[in-house]
Amino acid sequence: MPIKEKRLILQHADEPGYAPDIACYRRHGGYAELKKALGTPPDSILAEVKASGLRGRGGAGFSCGLKWSFIPKNNAKPVYLICNADESEPGTFKDRQIIHKDPHQLLEGMIITAYAIGAHLAYIYIRGEFPEGARILERALAEAKRDGFLGKSILGSGFDLDVFVHRGAGAYICGEETGLIESLEGKRPYPRIKPPYFPAVLGLYMCPTVVNNVETLCNVKHIVRMGGAAYAALGRPNNTGTRILCVSGDVARPGYFESEIGTITMGQLIHDVCGGIRDGNRLKAVIPGGSSAKVLRAGDTYAIRRRKPDGSTETISVALEDIPLDFDSLADAGSMAGSGGIIVMDHTRDMVEALANINEFYAHESCGQCTPCREGSLWMKKVTARMTRGDGRPSDPDLLASIANSIAGRTVCAFGEACAWPTQSFVDKFRDEFEAKAAPAKEVPRAA
Amino acid sequence: MTEKTQPPQDTVSIQLDGTWVRVPKGTNVIEAAKRHGRFIPHYCYHPKLEIAGNCRMCLVEIGMPRLGPDRQPVRGADGMPEIAWIPRPQIGCATTVSDGMGVRTASPLVEECRRGVMEFLLINHPLDCPICDQAGECKLQEFSLEYGSAASRFIEQKVKKPKHVDIGKNILLDDERCILCSRCIRFARDIAKEDVLGFTQRGSQTTLSIHPGRRFDSNYSLNAADICPVGALTSKDFRFKMRVWFLKETNAICTSCGTGCNIVIGSREGAVHRLTPRENDAVNQCWMCDHGRLNFHHLHAPDRIKAPTCRLNGHALVAEWPDALSQLSRMLGNLAPDEIAILASSKMTNEELFLLSLLRDRLGGDSVPCDVLPRRQEADHLLVCDDGNPNSTGARLLGISSDGKRLPDVIKAIESGRTKAVLAISEDLADAGITQPTIARIPTLATIAILPNATTSEARFVLPGAGFAEKRGSMINVKGRIQRLNRATPPPANARDDWQILTDLLALLDAPHFPHIDAVFAAMAARHPALAGLTLAGIGDLGQQLARK
Ligand SMILES: Cc1cc2nc3c(=O)[nH]c(=O)nc-3n(C[C@H](O)[C@H](O)[C@H](O)COP(=O)(O)O)c2cc1C
Ligand code: SF4
Ligand code: SF4
Ligand code: FES
Repeated sequence: MPIKEKRLILQHADEPGYAPDIACYRRHGGYAELKKALGTPPDSILAEVKASGLRGRGGAGFSCGLKWSFIPKNNAKPVYLICNADESEPGTFKDRQIIHKDPHQLLEGMIITAYAIGAHLAYIYIRGEFPEGARILERALAEAKRDGFLGKSILGSGFDLDVFVHRGAGAYICGEETGLIESLEGKRPYPRIKPPYFPAVLGLYMCPTVVNNVETLCNVKHIVRMGGAAYAALGRPNNTGTRILCVSGDVARPGYFESEIGTITMGQLIHDVCGGIRDGNRLKAVIPGGSSAKVLRAGDTYAIRRRKPDGSTETISVALEDIPLDFDSLADAGSMAGSGGIIVMDHTRDMVEALANINEFYAHESCGQCTPCREGSLWMKKVTARMTRGDGRPSDPDLLASIANSIAGRTVCAFGEACAWPTQSFVDKFRDEFEAKAAPAKEVPRAA
Repeated sequence: MTEKTQPPQDTVSIQLDGTWVRVPKGTNVIEAAKRHGRFIPHYCYHPKLEIAGNCRMCLVEIGMPRLGPDRQPVRGADGMPEIAWIPRPQIGCATTVSDGMGVRTASPLVEECRRGVMEFLLINHPLDCPICDQAGECKLQEFSLEYGSAASRFIEQKVKKPKHVDIGKNILLDDERCILCSRCIRFARDIAKEDVLGFTQRGSQTTLSIHPGRRFDSNYSLNAADICPVGALTSKDFRFKMRVWFLKETNAICTSCGTGCNIVIGSREGAVHRLTPRENDAVNQCWMCDHGRLNFHHLHAPDRIKAPTCRLNGHALVAEWPDALSQLSRMLGNLAPDEIAILASSKMTNEELFLLSLLRDRLGGDSVPCDVLPRRQEADHLLVCDDGNPNSTGARLLGISSDGKRLPDVIKAIESGRTKAVLAISEDLADAGITQPTIARIPTLATIAILPNATTSEARFVLPGAGFAEKRGSMINVKGRIQRLNRATPPPANARDDWQILTDLLALLDAPHFPHIDAVFAAMAARHPALAGLTLAGIGDLGQQLARK
């Protein structure tokens, strides 16, 4: 049975003839929600966003309305809005669809958000590897400005806003919101310590700052259109709205797919949406939320909570294929929904090789500011690289787990978890493969 | 003691390793714990620098009062709040204490965190302790012993980085030893105000670097070597000179300007090997300038004057102290006040200046022209002040200095040929602009000096004195703080402490004289109301602020 997509954010993106210019966007009703929003008090937009239950789509799944409400009430400093378009988590390619195909939707979401939080200056921080995306956004900004959606007294409302595109220079850590802020300030993107530097209080230039993901900001437009309550009816309680899932790896038809959160399972996504495992192979494992999410092994059972019709919850035991794809279920299963990047691996995959690949990425991308991540990420990479060269030692599986355990929870930023979770979960779930590679190397006869 | 007073408003209660204690509001957990004898190891945190929070060595367990349904703290049997511990360890350096907070500095989790950080810091470290200058005062060594584990689990290739990087006039960098704590970067940027250090590369390749085309030539650069917790930054001057554990430490002050930075003199077997700043928030925080720090090598100059000499028929002959001083005293005793002139110095200690004032009283008091040589200079943003002399305030207080206003009288008296005897104490007449022929014409020229100069080469009596590291005594800095010098090394050979030379001269002239320097101070304090109630011993290692008039 084919699964239907529910396209909210990508509603028009792939329609034939749909173009990223403002005329096309306006023909499709674009900027109507902005007009509507500017006619209501900012607080009411915040109330709708809170009511919508919208959770961040950048990785942590934090409540969007709650984040906005952390801006101090008696604040006298400027407020900034930053759109996080750094999209660098391996396995994730949804924000670029929006930027390339429907940039004005993002701008409309941003302008409404800026209005709601009282920001008059906003930035789109886009990863350096998206030069075309940056050009498209620049063009869109110029168009929006020309048509009076940006600049002074937008649509005569008295509300001013300027938006600038800022390109990164190729560092994954610039996606971490406080690293991003440092980078935007012209410094090395060393994530800040929290406390005290929570962006909502001490963000860009030490002023209150809201950082939201591209997809999150697009949702704001739809919340204004539908109203918070109607939006909250999409998906599942506490996991509302739609989500763009990015599927890569060993499926017949990889790609992106938008649906109501939690309404399909992992198995439906893989088999019904993506045409099953490629070449008739068998499913071995899934990384469900970008490469930093903990890997889930096929054949294992997972205890997840399910809401019963009467509102109470029960814990049920399910197979990997039966895990609903929502924030809470994936967290219950011991991983996370993360950035929406779902990496599927079939039975031909060597898990030590896979981890070595991931470890190489994180060792390369650690900003190097804090000790455990800086030293631990490279150490883990060196161990897994050595194992793939056939030079594993019996102590390696435990060593890997112990290094990862000394990183997670002890670093400046969540990169610590991002680089530790793969190792922790791969070694734990596929210990047999690691032990096989860790067996003492066979004696190599030496030439006399 | 009656302890009825309420705890002051500006403290909070925290539970520190199971015991409730009061600590000042606003302090971080490291400082709060320190006040109660609990040491939390740390690398990147430095009390005078911005918090960085990068080393993760100070991870501790933190908890907050558990709140009941009424949002009020739940109290245990002891009436104190119950603590809900945060599962993740928190850094003590960036955690500010709050009322009811719980802190665990030695739990198994905390110990495990420290062990982890130590292991991470060591895997790529060159472990070249046997040839490292920091050995003995290295935090990496110290904390490995205390919190590390003996065996290494690291069998991979270490990261290679630059060594022997020449980043400034006085300082050398070894990037492989650097633990990337960023203390030096923050110091250069925020304290020295020369933002030339920074990190390049990323991850484990991160390398401390100097900005291309720039050098760290700040006059404060060596403080970065002091605060570098490891041997990554070393002083070119001190490198490979001496293992630090052999050094005897003597608390003293720097005498290179009127600020009087508090220092420790590191010496061994009669030789000074280094000066390092000593913390005193009223004077120099914990810094000193490179100029002052390196201004001690003259103490060991090969031409240091080591024995008194008397000049006879143009030849300087080595003399015995009693002979030299009795000859000099006889000559001085026979002169009228206006036949004598004194060039003194604001580099002298209070005790020397006081004795000199007694000598001047004996020889004619105010009718004897006398002043010091002022040394005005440019002040900087941090410590160096506009007075190049260390004790101008003392010299003024003790009546020797008129800030150079009477210097023309002294010079005129000498140049006119009227003076029969000139005393040049710790100053060279040439520095006052007096020419060599004029100096040579002075019938009786006596000088206390440590190094040869234009005056010593013509003087009838050359009396070798002691350098700043060789004497005990006091000075008053430009802000009116009286501070103490202490003897780290003895004056060389037959040289003597200046106060002894002066008191012996006073004795020979039947003037008041003293058995020891504390007695000199006592007499001085009795005479000068500004010093009333003070003793030399009582000044203490951090000095005393004198009442401002
Ligand atoms: C190492 C690291 C990398 C991250 N990279 C991204 C990224 O590329 N894009 C993104 O939107 N969020 C990224 N995040 C999450 C951001 O820090 C931040 O939580 C997010 O932008 C907030 O937006 P949201 O609430 O709308 O999700 C990253 C976080 C970490 C720790
Ligand atoms: S956890 Fe890693 S990425 Fe984050 S601050 Fe520390 S070193 Fe940088
Ligand atoms: S050189 Fe020393 S002070 Fe500077 S970052 Fe390295 S370890 Fe820290
Ligand atoms: S002392 Fe370095 S993190 Fe606290």
